[in-house]
Amino acid sequence: MALRFEVLGRFNRARAARLTLPHFTCQTPLFMPVGTQGTIKGLTTDQLEAIGCQIILGNTYHLELRPGSQLIDDLGGLHKFMNWKRALLTDSGGFQMVSLLHLADITEEGVTFQSPVDGKPMLLTPEESIHIQNNIGADIIMALDDVVKTTITGPRIEEAMYRTLRWIDRCISAHKKPDVQNLFGIVQGGLDPVLRDICVRGLVERNLPGYAIGGLAGGEDKDSFWRVVAQCTAGLPEDKPRYVMGVGYPLDIVVCSALGADMYDCVYPTRTARFGTALVPEGVLKLKQNAMATDERPIDPSCPCMVCKNYTRAYLHCLVTKDPMGSQLLSYHNLSFMMRLSRDLHMSILEGRFPEFVRGFLRVQFPKGDVPKWVHNAMEVAGIDISECCTPTNCQHDAMEDTGVDISELCPPTKCP
Amino acid sequence: MRFAVKKICAGGAKARAGLLQIGSSSVETPALLLSTRKGLPAFMSCDLLSSLPLPDSLLLNVCPTHFIEGPPSKTLSNIGGLHRMLGLPDHILVATAGEPIESLPSSEASNKFGASFETPSGRKLVKPSDYMELISSMKPDLWASLADEVPAWVNEKRNKTSVDRTLRWLDACIALDAAVGANGLGVVVGGSSIEQRKLCATEVSKRNVSGFWIGGFGLGESVEERCNLLNAVTDCLPSEKPRIVSRLGLPEEVLEGVASGIDLFDSTYIYQLTMGGFALIFPVDMVEREMQNGVVDSSAGDSTKINLRATTYRKDTSRIVDSCTCFTCQNHTRAYLNHLLNVHEMLAQILLEIHNTHHYLRFFRSIREAIKDGEFDLFWKQFVENRRSQIAAAVL
Ligand SMILES: [Zn+2]
Ligand SMILES: [Zn+2]
Repeated sequence: MALRFEVLGRFNRARAARLTLPHFTCQTPLFMPVGTQGTIKGLTTDQLEAIGCQIILGNTYHLELRPGSQLIDDLGGLHKFMNWKRALLTDSGGFQMVSLLHLADITEEGVTFQSPVDGKPMLLTPEESIHIQNNIGADIIMALDDVVKTTITGPRIEEAMYRTLRWIDRCISAHKKPDVQNLFGIVQGGLDPVLRDICVRGLVERNLPGYAIGGLAGGEDKDSFWRVVAQCTAGLPEDKPRYVMGVGYPLDIVVCSALGADMYDCVYPTRTARFGTALVPEGVLKLKQNAMATDERPIDPSCPCMVCKNYTRAYLHCLVTKDPMGSQLLSYHNLSFMMRLSRDLHMSILEGRFPEFVRGFLRVQFPKGDVPKWVHNAMEVAGIDISECCTPTNCQHDAMEDTGVDISELCPPTKCP
Repeated sequence: MRFAVKKICAGGAKARAGLLQIGSSSVETPALLLSTRKGLPAFMSCDLLSSLPLPDSLLLNVCPTHFIEGPPSKTLSNIGGLHRMLGLPDHILVATAGEPIESLPSSEASNKFGASFETPSGRKLVKPSDYMELISSMKPDLWASLADEVPAWVNEKRNKTSVDRTLRWLDACIALDAAVGANGLGVVVGGSSIEQRKLCATEVSKRNVSGFWIGGFGLGESVEERCNLLNAVTDCLPSEKPRIVSRLGLPEEVLEGVASGIDLFDSTYIYQLTMGGFALIFPVDMVEREMQNGVVDSSAGDSTKINLRATTYRKDTSRIVDSCTCFTCQNHTRAYLNHLLNVHEMLAQILLEIHNTHHYLRFFRSIREAIKDGEFDLFWKQFVENRRSQIAAAVL
């Protein structure tokens, strides 16, 4: 185990922690920008440090294609190759294959796929994935899991979950650098609480440095999403980091943090930047809109980032989707926003004002009080009273009854008319 | 704006070292105006720009026609002009119309009412009144008048028309300018005709202008005629006002321009290098050239630059230029840049623009030092010979 995870503060299930990795000491909850090919699109390493970025995610599949993990290893690892002095995480490569290559096929041996280079059949085994990730040298590496779309049902989910458990043992025995790289296991099991429970227990038995909750953020309904997160965080050890994979909407991060998750990654902030969308406390700001052409304000007057200190919406309007500078500046702001959100979560938990933070966040996102049902439901479980953020008509606790969960004891009569 | 020539080179060349002061900023000349796209260098926001050496990097060339599509003049004006909109309060912004990337002058579509430009949103006709509206909302530190630029190959009649129109539009611009030309630069055109060049330069010199922008180069003229044309123009211009030449970008072209008495250069050379994956590596001063004697790295490129896309840099962990102090060279290897270019990541262009700009600013600094030391002729000669021997070595 090459990490230390110290919980510094809590509010119910939410926790603020110090995560000490070989290359950097991070504060959780934290958001990890996705740097697919050994770079975050449009930002220099200095800029990433300036906005407070702690961990960058690299995609094993892409890095193995170009420049190749062997070359990265020969040149001293990815940290050195891209000159990033803070922490790195690599995924297993499996998810990328299944999602990018429709010809991928999963067998007990591994993931077979057609090489995008020469079309020949290739095989990514758990051993190979770990070998590549050992070459790349990230602080955290991910086990190869059997990824199934959350929207799929039936025996395939069960097969994938058991296979993920069998593969974790192959990953553990293939892992050559446990003293400098932390192997995280991934909880699978679709939306089935029984399968998720078996997987959580199976992984916890292996005493891994950290655990990820996989198979989410794939189009499942939000109520199912938070329930899986809540179930997994409840079953995972207190003294290990918990990473919800592929989650990146600010609202989802706030909810998952309230439920006891610590780490997140998503391409959303940088991808949406390229389409001209900025993240703001109220939600999103579409800079392409005509109204922006004459708007002399910064993206977010409350944002202390370089972009908001220097540039107006009017100027960004004429850059976005036309000039590289448009996506550079919006990516910078959007990642700054995510970093600030991470810091706010950490500090508010640490300083004992997490519920106030959540309520403030929701009030700004939903000024009309129309907080979605699923958020409401999740917050009940997280033990955070958000009733003042909701208009009475939106306080639809009866929806919970539809799902068969009795929350009456969490629900004072004054809140639910 | 204040400008003073501090030293004129002895010998044949007319190279001169000067000092340009605008507001609280002052820069020595000859100097490079960084090319921009909508006011910022293509890949450098204000924070990245601040990593470049000062005051060398204070000069930016901005193109008014980049703002035709917006923001609206009133908005730009309310924001406080370009300095505020770009987050560059202390930079010196020099506005000139027409640049080859996104606002190429199209002489065949220009008419007596205005100049025409090829822009990403189609061809635009810009009248002096439109132009001055842009200028007054941008509030640049210096601006060149609207010009009817023509390529070298147009006939005598068209060339003459270009001079007539450019002079007429200069008068129109000054008449429309609230500051009555206090920050205006008169444009000198005249194509490949020595006679028209002289006529234009002489006429512009009679106007109330703060300096001169010499246009119509880099549009198909030959090297020999360019030298003569440039000298003919500078001979007709008063010596106490600054001279900018447009689109002379290659190191050799810059040296020729300096030798003809040019003070400021605007060109998209750095941008074009950057987009091509090239990094400048030539030795910028005489000491470096002596040290480099015999050691020629011409594996890919032409000895002034290397193409980092070449597979030879795949595992090259050295810096682009060993002695370079720019952000890129201090932090990244050729191998990393090669990778970024291979996978089409924008960081490649960001890092290359930083290095190339930094390198070219150092080259200009060496030119200024050579002039101040009275060694410009030697510097120029040595540079050209060094290039020639490198090309010869590369061929062998
Ligand atoms: Zn911002
Ligand atoms: Zn450099």
